Amino acid sequence: MLPAVDVRQAHKRYGSVHALDGVDLSVGQGEFFGLLGPNGAGKTTLINLLAGLAIPDGGQLSILGCDVVKQYRASRRLLGVVPQELVFDPFFSVRETLRLQSGYFGLRRNDAWIDEVMHHLDLTDKADTNMRRLSGGMKRRVLVAQALVHKPPVIVLDEPTAGVDVELRQSLWRFIRQLNRDGHTVLLTTHYLEEAEALCGRIAMLKQGRIVALDSTQNLLNSVAGFRVRLKLAGGLPAALLPQVIEQEDDGCLLALPSYQALEQVLAQLREASVAVHEMALQQADLEDVFLQVVGRA
Amino acid sequence: MLSFQTLFYKEALRVQKVAFQTLLAPVLTALLYLLIFSHVLEQHVEVYPGVRYTAFLIPGLVMMAVLQNAFANSSSSLIQSKITGNIVFVLLAPIAYWEFFLAYTLASVARGLVVGVGVYLAALWFAQPPMQFPLWVVLFALLGSALLGSLGVVAGIWSEKFDQLAGFQNFIIMPLTFLSGVFYSIHSLPAFWQSLSRYNPFFYMIDGFRYGFFGVSDISPWFSLAVVSGCLLVLAGFTLALLKSGYKLRL
Repeated sequence: MLPAVDVRQAHKRYGSVHALDGVDLSVGQGEFFGLLGPNGAGKTTLINLLAGLAIPDGGQLSILGCDVVKQYRASRRLLGVVPQELVFDPFFSVRETLRLQSGYFGLRRNDAWIDEVMHHLDLTDKADTNMRRLSGGMKRRVLVAQALVHKPPVIVLDEPTAGVDVELRQSLWRFIRQLNRDGHTVLLTTHYLEEAEALCGRIAMLKQGRIVALDSTQNLLNSVAGFRVRLKLAGGLPAALLPQVIEQEDDGCLLALPSYQALEQVLAQLREASVAVHEMALQQADLEDVFLQVVGRA
Repeated sequence: MLSFQTLFYKEALRVQKVAFQTLLAPVLTALLYLLIFSHVLEQHVEVYPGVRYTAFLIPGLVMMAVLQNAFANSSSSLIQSKITGNIVFVLLAPIAYWEFFLAYTLASVARGLVVGVGVYLAALWFAQPPMQFPLWVVLFALLGSALLGSLGVVAGIWSEKFDQLAGFQNFIIMPLTFLSGVFYSIHSLPAFWQSLSRYNPFFYMIDGFRYGFFGVSDISPWFSLAVVSGCLLVLAGFTLALLKSGYKLRL
């Protein structure tokens, strides 16, 4: 089966900055894939190359087998992109905007699908409202609707929930998850790592234009960060445990544990020092820990 | 072709939504020129024998409005879209570079012609110039507006801020338009300025257009037709190459 997104040795330079430095990436059809990285890592550049908003300096990129440069018309029909910037055309209403976008993609009578998309994104009441009169969150919903108006099999969301309220986030993710269940491939970049952890089956981490980690979300969580234990103690922490401290509080601390077995050693050292444990909570590392370790190390 | 049609329709809809600024205001401006110049010069100037100065002026003003509005349409639409960022919706779509070119240029032609017809109809209240060769009138209006629409695409792509576009408009388009014979025949100029005028493509557009009204021109309309057509072909080729390369659009 053709990969939904295939990137081979993608290079892009802006002056002296090597924004993408030989990126290789393959996203399978139907995947919910996360692309993470600090600001300036190259995430948006990669999306721009896939969408044809920028021209690669080297390498090959394709959407469902269609080269984004040589077969740009076919590849763009297969791709729906929600841009990061909150952009809109102030001359038109929501419905006009969506009809125009349909027309750009060669769809003449698309009102049934436009109505459905507006319904899922709670835009129906605003259909005839001018874009200028919408709140930031509503404009963001229209951006999502514009990306979906031609029913693309591959959907790219470039930080779609930046600056939007909880209600929109939840309704947006419900809709995107539904689309993913229906077979659409989703490629997501976000700074909300808990969203990526909850939604993405696989994750790639970028730093300075290179991929520094690429694995399933579970493998990344298992292999890189281990566990944490939060303790509330009757006395001070023994000196031998200080190197494991992540956070220090008045009556307790958060310690890093490489494995479950290490917990027994911590408890033994506390018993030896006659420090009683009042409360103990074991936590699995989250994606933020993985991200900090991988990006910090790379 | 639906992508092209939609982009053309979007441009036309945009013009219609701000018709007061894009259609009515240019007509009013042209009428003010007509009112002032004809009032001041009517009794003193006779450019063509037996033709009132006001009648002489009307075709020039009509063509000037056509050209300026054709340029304004594509250039202002593109710079606005670039600065607000909504150009991304067009760039993300499967629209070929030549469809992009045709849509913006033809929308400019449409606006230029609508404004031109508006100026002509309103000016008839002041004087009624004959229209001896309507086909020449239509031909030069079409070619001239297409040329300026295409130039507007180039200016809109090249400019990164409104200031740069205003410079393009004020230091290139306006002087070339005003020095093209809108208000006079180049035969009334000193020899040096006459020679210089022949390097101004706007002169050929105005002169050919005016020939369609009076059957009289400063230069053969066929020569004007060749110059204007040649300029359009060269500029269209340049604009298409610019769009194909993604210059300043696909970074």
